[in-house]
Amino acid sequence: MPNPTRIEIDCSTGEVKEIELTDAEVAELAYQAELAAEAKAEEERIAAEKAVAKAALLDRLGITEDEAKLLLA
Amino acid sequence: MANTYELIASYEVGAGGATSVTFSSIPSTYTDLVMAISVRSSRTGVSFDSIGYRFNNSNSGYQERYIYADGSSAASYTDTTISPAGQVWGRFDGGAINAGNTTSNTFTSIALYIPNYIGNSYKSMSYEIASENNATNAIMELSAGLWSNTAAITEIAFRDNNLGNLAQYSTFYLYGVKNA
Repeated sequence: MPNPTRIEIDCSTGEVKEIELTDAEVAELAYQAELAAEAKAEEERIAAEKAVAKAALLDRLGITEDEAKLLLA
Repeated sequence: MANTYELIASYEVGAGGATSVTFSSIPSTYTDLVMAISVRSSRTGVSFDSIGYRFNNSNSGYQERYIYADGSSAASYTDTTISPAGQVWGRFDGGAINAGNTTSNTFTSIALYIPNYIGNSYKSMSYEIASENNATNAIMELSAGLWSNTAAITEIAFRDNNLGNLAQYSTFYLYGVKNA
């Protein structure tokens, strides 16, 4: 299976280049995708932790989220 | 009011998809640029994906703000940039591009308008995005963007935001508008 291509269109000449990525470029893309997925997973983990901590705090205070918003308004 | 609308260049993605599509050497003989894009991401495991854009191979100055609706909720967001392979690209949307989990062979339409692209001030732009999906979840966005750079725009590039492929049959049409 050929590697993916990147497309370059020269508007002054109309020339279209379909350039197959090198193996190194494909590996770099895969690596970057992995990093992006890891970063997203970390963001989701932190968001989930914050949601749990928030719920626990509201529970400890014995108020709802809407009531907490009223306090801060 | 514009009285001309000329096709500068176009491209349809072929078999196997493409990681990016770049229009270079854009002529400076128009007042505004318009792009009509029909695109799908080959990314699997998600319903919608995002697209990155880049002017003049530049690594900075991209900002967007958009309003969003998906059939059940609406909101507004400020977009972030993406940084594949050490580069910085503007992020074209918050995840509105048809991807693997949406109805097969459906594409997202994007209408992009860039006024005064050869002027020596920062470059503003606006765009509308509408996805297509045979389900309750389909997305529409309306956005305003700014590229904080005074250079004339001579190159515009697009790529899948999550390093997947722009799917086969995705099309990109670049128009120039005179006397806008």
